[in-house]
Amino acid sequence: MFIINCPFCGERDQSEFKAGGEAHIERPKQPTELNDEEWAEYLFMRKNIKGIQFERWNHAHGCRKWFNMLRDTSNDEIKLIYKMGEKSPIE
Amino acid sequence: MPKNLRVKSSNFIDETTRVSFKFNGKNYHGFKGDTLASALLANGIHLVGRSFKYHRPRGIMTAGSEEPNAIVQVGNDKAITEPNVRATEVEIYNGLEATSQNCWPSVNFDIGGINNLLSPFLPAGFYYKTFMWPASFWEKYEYLIRHSAGLGKSPTKPDTDIYDHKYVHCDVLVIGGGISGIMAAKTAAQNNLKTLLLDEKTEIGGTTIYQNSDNFKIENKVSSEWLTNEISSLKKLDNLEIKTRTSVAAYHGYNFLLARENLTDHLSASEKKNKVRQRLLKIRAMKVIVATGSLERPLIFNNNDRPGIMLSSAVKKYVDYYGVICGEKNVFFTNNDSAYESAISLSKKGIKVNAIVDIREKSESLIIKEAENLDIKIYWSHTVVDTHGYKKLKQISIMKLSEDAQSVIGSRINVDCDCLGVAGGWTPAVHLFTQSGGKLKFRDVDQVFVPNKYPSKQISIGSCDGDFELDKIIKNSSSSLKDFLEIDKTDYENLSVVNSKEANKKNIWLLPSDKVIGKTKPFVDYQNDATAKDIKLALREGFRSIEHVKRYTTTGMGTDQGKLGNMHALGIIADTTGVKMGELGTTTFRPPYTPLTFGTIVGRNVGEYFDIFRRTPMNDWHIENKAKFENVGQWKRAWYYPQNNESMHEAVQRESLAARASAGILDASTLGKIDIQGSDTSEFLNRVYTNAWSKLEIGKCRYGLMLNEDGMVYDDGVTTRISENHYIMTTTTGGAANVMGKLEDYLQTEWPELDVYLTSVTDHFATASVCGSNSKKILNKLIPDLNLSDENFPHMSFKEAQIGKIKCRVMRISFTGELSYEINVQANYGKSLWEQCMEAGKEFNITPYGTETMHLLRAEKGFIIVGQDTDGTMTPIDLQMDWIVSKKKYDFIGKRSLYRSDTMREDRKHLVGLATDDPKEVLEEGAQIVSELNQSPVQMLGHVTSSYFSPNLNKSIALAVVRGGKSMLGKKLFIPMESRTINVTVTDSVFLDKENERLNA
Repeated sequence: MFIINCPFCGERDQSEFKAGGEAHIERPKQPTELNDEEWAEYLFMRKNIKGIQFERWNHAHGCRKWFNMLRDTSNDEIKLIYKMGEKSPIE
Repeated sequence: MPKNLRVKSSNFIDETTRVSFKFNGKNYHGFKGDTLASALLANGIHLVGRSFKYHRPRGIMTAGSEEPNAIVQVGNDKAITEPNVRATEVEIYNGLEATSQNCWPSVNFDIGGINNLLSPFLPAGFYYKTFMWPASFWEKYEYLIRHSAGLGKSPTKPDTDIYDHKYVHCDVLVIGGGISGIMAAKTAAQNNLKTLLLDEKTEIGGTTIYQNSDNFKIENKVSSEWLTNEISSLKKLDNLEIKTRTSVAAYHGYNFLLARENLTDHLSASEKKNKVRQRLLKIRAMKVIVATGSLERPLIFNNNDRPGIMLSSAVKKYVDYYGVICGEKNVFFTNNDSAYESAISLSKKGIKVNAIVDIREKSESLIIKEAENLDIKIYWSHTVVDTHGYKKLKQISIMKLSEDAQSVIGSRINVDCDCLGVAGGWTPAVHLFTQSGGKLKFRDVDQVFVPNKYPSKQISIGSCDGDFELDKIIKNSSSSLKDFLEIDKTDYENLSVVNSKEANKKNIWLLPSDKVIGKTKPFVDYQNDATAKDIKLALREGFRSIEHVKRYTTTGMGTDQGKLGNMHALGIIADTTGVKMGELGTTTFRPPYTPLTFGTIVGRNVGEYFDIFRRTPMNDWHIENKAKFENVGQWKRAWYYPQNNESMHEAVQRESLAARASAGILDASTLGKIDIQGSDTSEFLNRVYTNAWSKLEIGKCRYGLMLNEDGMVYDDGVTTRISENHYIMTTTTGGAANVMGKLEDYLQTEWPELDVYLTSVTDHFATASVCGSNSKKILNKLIPDLNLSDENFPHMSFKEAQIGKIKCRVMRISFTGELSYEINVQANYGKSLWEQCMEAGKEFNITPYGTETMHLLRAEKGFIIVGQDTDGTMTPIDLQMDWIVSKKKYDFIGKRSLYRSDTMREDRKHLVGLATDDPKEVLEEGAQIVSELNQSPVQMLGHVTSSYFSPNLNKSIALAVVRGGKSMLGKKLFIPMESRTINVTVTDSVFLDKENERLNA
């Protein structure tokens, strides 16, 4: 079980958090302009890589804030945590 | 009369305290400090069980948690009997009852033993291969197979024992209280670190604590004496906690570990009464020191499983620790120096050691010289090729190894022997290390996997790190501790250590025999009866991956998880395929290290503590008025209120009639309520609901439907505009938390620019919903100041008012189709509100109704329940609720998905009504619907989602989802049931008051 350093509350046990899937998938501003394929790309397609992954997490049983996490899925090492809205520090 | 098999030399057995126990129905006695295994051995009993597949007689093999054979059923109470317990770990107490497992009718005469004779026909994968055809017979085969197999019996009654969970935090966790673990714990605690030392045994000290030989000395003391002094010095350390009988089950990431502390299993029934039996420790440690030691390997040779064949280290522990002799004619079989330790221990106590069979050509260490001086016959370059004796070992046959050690030469020498101690070298117990994500490396010189890369702040020290000799253990542990704990010195630098063993070892995974492999039984996994032959067969059949071979042969899949034989399985695969051990990898070591009881896992979370539950402020009233309750999410909701022995059906029919005929009252407090404030709230609602919200006036209510981004209905409810920038949203009871989460998610991540604030206020308000044609009169009595005229307070509007001194919010909204008011008050006035409503409604026969009647009434009106009539695959269009989907709005959550090719298909399932031909017939919810009866394969069109007998219409009604249902109005369909078929007609989904006249009754 991870220890997650919530950017608002500090280090907490993983049981206080909820994982929210891949990060940096922005909801299209004009969905109606998209064809089926483009919309499906936003709606369904997610990476599931072994290695460094950008993820969204929510401190559900704490401050309820969402934030971003850079996690190595192969060993669960959390590389970086940064606030929602901040640009991904690594491309 | 059994012979005296005790030697009086043990410091750990209290021979003044006799303990009586039962094994397989017979009375025996042992002494305080004995395990079941040591007590049985002292009574001359080796045969304790039968093997899983061939039902071969099996005896005690080890003296620890790695035991594969001696697994027993403890206790015969139907509530607390426990199967698969290792006799080597059971501490005896007065009244203990244990029985052998896996044998019928008894361990001495086991019918399943016939499988042993049939074993040529029971190769690896036998069950997979044989019971494939015909597929439909599997159920019958399975019954028979399961009947004759099985490892022990589960309790059949609820567990009466108490279990606990506890969170533990420490600076340093030390796992294992052997010599290196003790060094670690003392060093950490001396350096002001809060330290926890855990050991699965009764006391700490490991194997060194009974190492009383001059061959192993520390600072000129025999090592046991030196360690005893160390242990007593631990007592002075305030920040060190020691827990024994505590087995670490799992080592997860971020140094989170689970351990089981066994508190009462060693106590008699009267002593353990009302005490917590086992406690699950949830440990978070800053640093972890793994000192789990190593497990002795057996040797793999023909018939290596007979009772009396034991690990050499176990023979030593039984005599040195428990004072028990395992045999009178002892032979050891070894590939390294360890067996000589055991032989010397026995010899010095006057117990005959007939021979040592050593596969090495020669070895020159001091300990071997001592064995030679004690006149023990050593057969160098020899191997055991066979063993004899069915229920107890009688004799072994040995032969000389050829020069390349691939075969045997010469003729058989038979040696009488009733106890054979085998010593195949040591395997570091790296289970916990690998569970934590650690990576191993293979050390060729002695063929062991040792820790290589640590994933968290941890180290392995002692023999689990591959140091098997006393001098190395002390030296390396000391320097590792210095680095890991970042300290300048330890107490253990420059100790003088005497170690008479040498590390040299000759490793042969599968020893040759004078018989061809097909005619031998060299067991690799004792518990699962997997032999070297089975592994070779799997390889011949094309299995290559170690994980596949494991599953096919079941090697390592028993309750012991192959602690003894897994390395040999790997070795045999490597030898056969020519792949190097290091490249082959290992199978995954999964938690728990030793089996956990379900009781320990669930702890106190049983019965009413299984999950939290929520009750409304009116709950006491419901109980006083004999309501039946149903669970809705975590809520306990009043389901119906039976009167005078009414059945559920009768009560619901009565409640439903009354609610329409005069007045009904429902506790609606459980509905989710979200307080929404901020200047952008109407824009926000526009984006999250399918319909338009910009023009909702202050004081008005509107029904909204919420979709997922995939276009499927997610939740629904009424939202009220209380003031300019203040709204209150209601959600379904079950969906409240998820809706809140979803709205917060969008606000924080997609639309942070919106000025909107959300607060969950579900628990802040209690809600009574008063409905029916007389509800206005009741409201008028309750709140005389409130103008209830349709002009002032029309349907779908809101007023703030006061009932006496209680402030309330009243919404004129309806889920039943009747004229209806929802009155919200601060939660702690809920019961008072309810009682005042009942009082005011008395003259109108106001009838409390529960969730079942609520469901019936809304179904009469064709109102959906999200989660009952929808299942995450229904769009609003599928529900025929096109009216609520705004065409004008540019965007809302899920809008784009309503125009995907899939959501626009004509043949999606649509919500429709169903009328049965026989109006008295009530359909079963979930029943499947077809259009053709004699079709093969039959095509399911959909299913019934809601079904009731409507007392107001005096006929049955049903809602259903039907493929292409929109265009089927009036069509006849069929519902095939087990014994008959019900004919139905597709109808509109609104059954009652299509014109909504009752809302303004």
